[in-house]
Amino acid sequence: MRFITWATSPWGQSVPAHVAWGLIWIAIIAGFCFMIVHALYILVVAPPKRFAERKAEAVAAGVPERVPRHTLAARLFHWIMAASMLTLLFTAFLPKVGVQFNWVLYHWIAGCVLTISIAFHIVHASFFLDFWSIWPDRTDLRDAKNRVLRFFGKPAPLAGKFAKYPLENKLYHGAIMLTGLAAAITGLFMMKRIQTGIFVRNPYLFSEMTWGMMYVLHGLVGVGLIALVMAHVYMGIRPEKLPITKSMIFGWMSRDFYLEEHDTARWAVKPQSSDSSEGYAASDGD
Amino acid sequence: MAVFRDVMPAFDLLQPGSAAEAQQLLEQNGADAWVMAGGLDSFDWLKDRIKKPKVLVDLSGVDELKGIRVSANGVEIGAMTTLTEIANHAEIKRNYGVLSQAVELVASPQIRNQGTLGGNVSQDVRCWYYRGGWPCYRAGGDICYADTPVGRNREHAIFGADRCVAVHPSDSVPALIALDAQFVVQTAKGERVVDAEDYFVGPETDITRLNMLGPGDLLTAIRIPAAWAGAKFYFEKVRDRNVWDFPLMNVASATRLSGSGDIEQMRIAVNAVSPRPMRLKAVEDAVRGKPANAETGEMAGKMAVQGAVPLQFNAYKIPLMRNLVKRAIVGAGPGGREAA
Repeated sequence: MRFITWATSPWGQSVPAHVAWGLIWIAIIAGFCFMIVHALYILVVAPPKRFAERKAEAVAAGVPERVPRHTLAARLFHWIMAASMLTLLFTAFLPKVGVQFNWVLYHWIAGCVLTISIAFHIVHASFFLDFWSIWPDRTDLRDAKNRVLRFFGKPAPLAGKFAKYPLENKLYHGAIMLTGLAAAITGLFMMKRIQTGIFVRNPYLFSEMTWGMMYVLHGLVGVGLIALVMAHVYMGIRPEKLPITKSMIFGWMSRDFYLEEHDTARWAVKPQSSDSSEGYAASDGD
Repeated sequence: MAVFRDVMPAFDLLQPGSAAEAQQLLEQNGADAWVMAGGLDSFDWLKDRIKKPKVLVDLSGVDELKGIRVSANGVEIGAMTTLTEIANHAEIKRNYGVLSQAVELVASPQIRNQGTLGGNVSQDVRCWYYRGGWPCYRAGGDICYADTPVGRNREHAIFGADRCVAVHPSDSVPALIALDAQFVVQTAKGERVVDAEDYFVGPETDITRLNMLGPGDLLTAIRIPAAWAGAKFYFEKVRDRNVWDFPLMNVASATRLSGSGDIEQMRIAVNAVSPRPMRLKAVEDAVRGKPANAETGEMAGKMAVQGAVPLQFNAYKIPLMRNLVKRAIVGAGPGGREAA
């Protein structure tokens, strides 16, 4: 199977046109394979969760019943991004599998919404939230190494509890960031090829080869996002992850879940103040 | 490496004897099959080696798809009926003259002898970039070569462009829309009958085809209801070469006048301005109850071109369309001439 569809330009050059649409099915199959393998792993192989105890548990008494995890702005960003991402995927790929409709209009509008929400998120996360909380640190890598060693029966200390985000979350964020940015940037340029009313159309902005590579990259990250989104939705509805999913809806997670999964030193929640009527405590936000 | 375009690519030639057999063959071969009616559009594609079907289903031997059947409900024209037969048919000339006028202006007598109504309404666009085999949007690529600052787009769309700016090139279609015709399509799930304007698909929906026919579908007939029989008709085609050319634009209308000469009912359609033939519903509504005169025509013409977006070299189509619509209105009047 060829991964790229090639075309011959009017000048006789062989130029890439777009990715082979068969990759859509490969991405979908990969998404389902991930779900099956992960479900089997959890069901059959995975050892029960055990974390190293830390002295920080002493602060548990000061932890509020509802631990704030995501600000309203962060939650709004997440769901707007999710809606625009799903719209983008459906409008991009349904026509390729035979469902015909006026997809270009909805696609570029959803792309604009996604791009604006990404820009907002970059500013919001950089200046108003704890920027580094979503990036893997040394502790994450050390704990991951220990978990892997213990899984294979090698001697290793128990891994510590998670910071605000488990390493898997951080890695997923990195993957979605790279693919999302690639799709958004190439998509913005591709809007120069169609009539949108936003940009003056200029199909000569790049050479045929550059345009072709851009379409291929846009397509590759697009089909990659199919698998990534499938994996994300699957994780979001897994029973053991539901408290995290709920926190993306309501903004908070329970005190028990927080203490069970998270390291109170790496993700510190300030003690509940006496005038807090809803039981929320100040937090570093997202 | 040189590209040889002097012989057709190899394909299996299938020659069904009935419409049911033809539909079955199309269904069996799906997207690998190419339907050939008169062959005038098909042979261009095949000899240029741009379309390379594995199977060609030749409908020339399907007699049930040929002929014109007249009944009290109107006329049913088989999809394989030649344009010459339609142009010369007494009943069509008498009661549905706009269609005979339209098909009589298609290409040349030789082409009309071979060309069929089904083929004429289902032909592909005439954009030379697309037909030249370049990887444009319609050909599955990601650019429109005509819609560029130096692209040759004099004949292209002023309405309905969505990436592709090619226009529908048929002369018979606006007449069929004016007559409120219905298209009969055999599909794997049975027969579908759709209104003429619904048979066509714009690039916003599917950029790779001009009509609703998918793999396995077969247009079998076109039915013209008696509702517009004997109405006042108008057809006009503007082209570069009057002896033989595709339309730069054409207009067709069917009008019923009241006793006082006002427009009681009208259907009007324009083609070669958009990837889909355009029925001008707003104009039909606006002229109802008004006299079919120059003033109404002027108003209708202005209304018709609202929203037009010209390309680099086809702005002339806006005044052309305005005038054609005006002439169609005036032509529908008591003293109007049924232009051609």
